[in-house]
Amino acid sequence: MHSTRARVPAAPAPALGVATERIEGRDKVTGTARYAGEHARTPPDCAYAWPVPATVARGRVTAVDTAGALALPGTLAVLTPGTAPRLGESDDPTLAVLQDDAVPHRGWYVALAVAETLEDARAAAQAVRVTYATEPHDVTLTEDHPDAYRPEQAGGRPALRERGDAGGAFTAAPVRVDVTYRVPPLHNHPMEPHAAFARWDGEGDGAHLTVYDSSQGADPVRTALAALFRLPEDRITVVSEHVGGGFGSKGTPRPHVVLAAMAARHTGRPVKLALPRGHLAAVVGHRAPTIQRVRLGAEHDGTLTSLSHEVTTHTSRVKEFVEQAGLPARVMYASPHSLTDHHVVPLDVPTPSWMRAPGEAPGMYALESAMDELAGALGMDPIELRVRNEPATEPDSGLPFSSRGLLACLREGAHRFGWADRDPRPAARREGRWLTGTGVAAATYPVLVSPSTAAATARHDGGYDITVNATDIGTGARTVLAQIAADALGVAVGSVSIGIGSTRLPRAPLAGGSSGTASWGWAVHRACTRLAERLARHTGPLPAEGVTAVADTAEEAGRTPPFARHAFGAHFAEVQVDTGTGEVRVRRLLGVYAAGRILNPRTARSQFIGGMVMGLGMALTEHSTADPAFGGFAERDLASYHVPSNADVPDVDAHWIDEDDPHLNPMGSKGIGEIGIVGTPAAIGNAVHHATGVRFRELPLTPDRVLPALA
Amino acid sequence: MKPYGYVRARSVEEATAAHAAHPGARYLAGGTNLVDLMKHGVETPGTLVDVSRLPLDTVEEPPGGGLRVGATVRNSDLAAHPLVRERYPVLSQALLAGASGQLRNIATTGGNLLQRTRCPYFQDTGTPCNKRAPGTGCAAREGVHRDHAVLGHSPHCVATHPSDMAVALAALDATVELRGPDGERTVPVTEFHRLPGDHPERDTVVRPGELITAVVLPPGTAGLPSAYRKARDRASYAFALASVAAVLDVAGDGTVRHVALAFGGLAHRPWRARLAETALLGAAPTEDALAHAVEAELGLAQPLRDNAFKVPLARNLAHRVLSELAADRP
Repeated sequence: MHSTRARVPAAPAPALGVATERIEGRDKVTGTARYAGEHARTPPDCAYAWPVPATVARGRVTAVDTAGALALPGTLAVLTPGTAPRLGESDDPTLAVLQDDAVPHRGWYVALAVAETLEDARAAAQAVRVTYATEPHDVTLTEDHPDAYRPEQAGGRPALRERGDAGGAFTAAPVRVDVTYRVPPLHNHPMEPHAAFARWDGEGDGAHLTVYDSSQGADPVRTALAALFRLPEDRITVVSEHVGGGFGSKGTPRPHVVLAAMAARHTGRPVKLALPRGHLAAVVGHRAPTIQRVRLGAEHDGTLTSLSHEVTTHTSRVKEFVEQAGLPARVMYASPHSLTDHHVVPLDVPTPSWMRAPGEAPGMYALESAMDELAGALGMDPIELRVRNEPATEPDSGLPFSSRGLLACLREGAHRFGWADRDPRPAARREGRWLTGTGVAAATYPVLVSPSTAAATARHDGGYDITVNATDIGTGARTVLAQIAADALGVAVGSVSIGIGSTRLPRAPLAGGSSGTASWGWAVHRACTRLAERLARHTGPLPAEGVTAVADTAEEAGRTPPFARHAFGAHFAEVQVDTGTGEVRVRRLLGVYAAGRILNPRTARSQFIGGMVMGLGMALTEHSTADPAFGGFAERDLASYHVPSNADVPDVDAHWIDEDDPHLNPMGSKGIGEIGIVGTPAAIGNAVHHATGVRFRELPLTPDRVLPALA
Repeated sequence: MKPYGYVRARSVEEATAAHAAHPGARYLAGGTNLVDLMKHGVETPGTLVDVSRLPLDTVEEPPGGGLRVGATVRNSDLAAHPLVRERYPVLSQALLAGASGQLRNIATTGGNLLQRTRCPYFQDTGTPCNKRAPGTGCAAREGVHRDHAVLGHSPHCVATHPSDMAVALAALDATVELRGPDGERTVPVTEFHRLPGDHPERDTVVRPGELITAVVLPPGTAGLPSAYRKARDRASYAFALASVAAVLDVAGDGTVRHVALAFGGLAHRPWRARLAETALLGAAPTEDALAHAVEAELGLAQPLRDNAFKVPLARNLAHRVLSELAADRP
């Protein structure tokens, strides 16, 4: 039976801009959504793997005694640096697991136990005895570390940029702020730990590797596995159907997926490997600590004459990663003289990586705190100071902004927050044991977009299938893609089916850099627009296989436009500080954003306030401690690594201003996944200063730091 | 995790007999701490004797007054019990300040007392720890120890006891009922946990095979003004940086008739502040008197490199709680 399509269907109301429920929401809350480690079709012969982390911070493995582990019931194999299959070349040295005996940091994997059950695998891993030749280690970042060097790039941009004579202009400035801020190591800790299931089918040239992985991008995982296992990509399938958060830690392939595939090949059995929470701190990245010196020179009227932001951070000894905290200073404020610089120190620490607005989050904490200090030194309202230094073009590049809504966000936020009534005097609001204060900070996040492909099919039953290897890491990607497709097709969103999360689908970039909706959505929009054109020309019933259109945005999304493109925002915080305990509690948090067109207000609000809660955690509760004595990080569970609890977040609200920017993508959207984090720590820190009169320059603001300063 | 045997006991007698019959046995109640430690290889019992379904899950009023709390009463149930809230509010407050709702729903009264320290080195078999592996040394003394003890620690161990509930029980002069191979005995909560000394591997005075059957709240502290206050890194679900449980009864003449002050998060056991109590008993609880009393107690503190903040924190908390209790009296 064939359906007949009306030539000019009555266009339904647009789907974009409408608050739309998550497509997979019911599956998730009823437990039917399956994650990588719990796939419904786990075969009965599935084996389980458990890695063995190094217990020294630096050295070499001299011996691995597997006898005790192999003697345990259920043990199938123990892979060691001496016995593990040799892998192909990879551009990510953290994936070269069990390939040599070097131990670059505590927690680096030195063996892998494979057994019949999860419990057997864990018992076998605990029974492996590893002997090391240890060397002296160093995990402590200092400003003047002798091994510090300037990398070529930070976050894909030049590490050093200088305009004019920043040092000279600073010295000559009548009002100066010269301050150093510190952000500790931080961990992503998504709710779902990293997990993978791997299965090999067939032999020799017919071998096919299938992997279910908790990843932010199945295609990059496939590319990595193809190189490591020397297979053409078409003989690897990677599925990442549902992902329980990643926040950057699943943005690159991780050792667990390599180990699972290795174990499956070695044993000839399908293998599941779910990392225990305690391992995550060492093997899936972290935000590197930063020491940030900010120097601001200004005229008495607040006009900046010099802006310097110099960042020192750490990386591991196996891979260079540079937390690009100096980049936002190239975007934010007009200043004729500017210096932004990065130095990095290789230490015996796990390899840092992307975490929740890498660069922008720590960088804007320092810059926006220093701006608050400058406002104080000038006796000027901090919003007025930002207005005074609003640039006409992007300061670093000289490019015009495609749109820049910072001032609108500050003004709207000030209105909603009641900023006009604020008494600027610090430490002037005491009620019993509580000191109250308010603070403001600006936020920015770049508009990023990557080429993607997508396909759209009109089925003969009247529905539409949209496929793109996007990943929904909990943001609502499926839902917004369905909305984009529905509007491009001119149909109701309910008639659109979305297929994502598999390399069997059209190739697409990872969910990262707040770029997913722009990248995938552009390709979906293009494929659906083509399909609509094709359908408009089509006469008679649709064929049984339907009508399909595909799209590849390599050209348009890869183009560098002659505009500086960024989202902006303003964050406002009200805090109370307990003078007897040094406990800081947030009472109100408000974010206002200018991020292009908001495509789904419901899921967008969730992303904004989720980001703000992450920023709250960065300001007040989260930190990891590089253990000087033993290496690694001391916080390895959710009882000691403190993400905010519900009780920490009493009142958090997000709003946005309408922004019509024609220089973005067909949807007119900017990324919204990370900007909620960016200004929140500084807004809270500035509020703490307003409350207490004390300027704290190291996060988080826990009682051990706050109480002694209040005495 | 090492393979282990499992026995479900139907009576206290069966439980103690099963424990005696299985070398290396451990009692299992809520399991919120023990099972984690087994996964980490820190605890390696040969057999678990499951006592979670023993008929010890009631709160009773003994004829002489007070309350007798069965060992398997869940933390949530105890916190919500009307007689606890009415007569021993410090206990209800302490329970609600601990862990999370999910954990309190499964954790038991007896298990709460027996939970182990959350020192990161104790939980990491890859590092030295005299509590976990006697004789290997204390990694925390020179390592990461912001959360560790400032009172009563030894060269061998600087761990703290993590319980909130136990701090309230110590202030209430509660006692622990134990049943073991040699019969029954009763131990005051204040003497139940040990200081580390030369044997940090021994958290408590519980003898091999003994099972906690109940915690008894005495009639003497019933209905007295009491309160619990805890300072922590986040507003919920965090262990105490320092906490205070206080009971303060002021007589009609304005002098202190009964006082009990206990600190949590500062020592290897709930720290009963006897010096402070002695200073206050019979005196008028003026601001000065409270301050001096608390100062006298915390003069005993010997902070480590990174936890000196705990001393003023505990001082301010104690002063505040006592001051509020003194002001609240009718």
